Amino acid sequence: MARVLINIPREIHAGETITIRTLIQHGMESGYRPGADGNVVPRDILRRFTARFDDEPVFAAEFSPAIAANPFLSFTMVVAASGTLTLRWEGDNGFDQTETRRIAVA
Amino acid sequence: MNTPRRLLLLAAPTLLLPPATARASPEAMAAALREFTGGAAVTPGRVAMDISPLVENGNTVPLSVIVDSPMSEADHVSAIAIFNERNPQPHVITAHYSPRSGQALLATHIRLATSQRLLAVAALSDGTFWSDSAQVIVTLAACLEG
Repeated sequence: MARVLINIPREIHAGETITIRTLIQHGMESGYRPGADGNVVPRDILRRFTARFDDEPVFAAEFSPAIAANPFLSFTMVVAASGTLTLRWEGDNGFDQTETRRIAVA
Repeated sequence: MNTPRRLLLLAAPTLLLPPATARASPEAMAAALREFTGGAAVTPGRVAMDISPLVENGNTVPLSVIVDSPMSEADHVSAIAIFNERNPQPHVITAHYSPRSGQALLATHIRLATSQRLLAVAALSDGTFWSDSAQVIVTLAACLEG
């Protein structure tokens, strides 16, 4: 499991647009870089990120090798009521990690 | 008897060239853009891309894009894509939005192989495309040469 940092505002009011920031530990090996032995290191990147709130898609992104190591993403969403935020990262070599966070409105 | 040596001499300049690597170019960027827009016209405006014009380290370059949109059911941004001219691949990231996003905002960290022009394109729910571009100077390139 890769380490993940997810930043969600502490106090949320119903109907508010909140900004969520995420960071996941991943080398994002571009597939263009020669390794110590002179051979190109095979590509190993995250390809897709999806954010769902109570199973409804909120935000999604497709990455290319031009995304820096330890991909950082920031996006916004409208919170109408309390629910569960599900964040999923999928990548090369079968990488698949899902994180869930409870979002409670004040 | 001399022929093989002459041939070798003629071939020498090509042997000295580095191995052909994939490179994005303005043409490759235009092709990637066409794939995203489906050939529709792209108008400059409504999109604001924020990136430092002078980048010291191309390995991690903070980039943010915000699109001026009410994000209502009738009028919202459906996607934002970032393209570059001189990285190995022209595509950087594509992000998808819905009215639930509240705001068409994208912030991430990207890699830049060299000084180049970046293009951010937003696809709106009404089928129009808007863009913003930025010229950046990179002093230390993202590691492509090991």
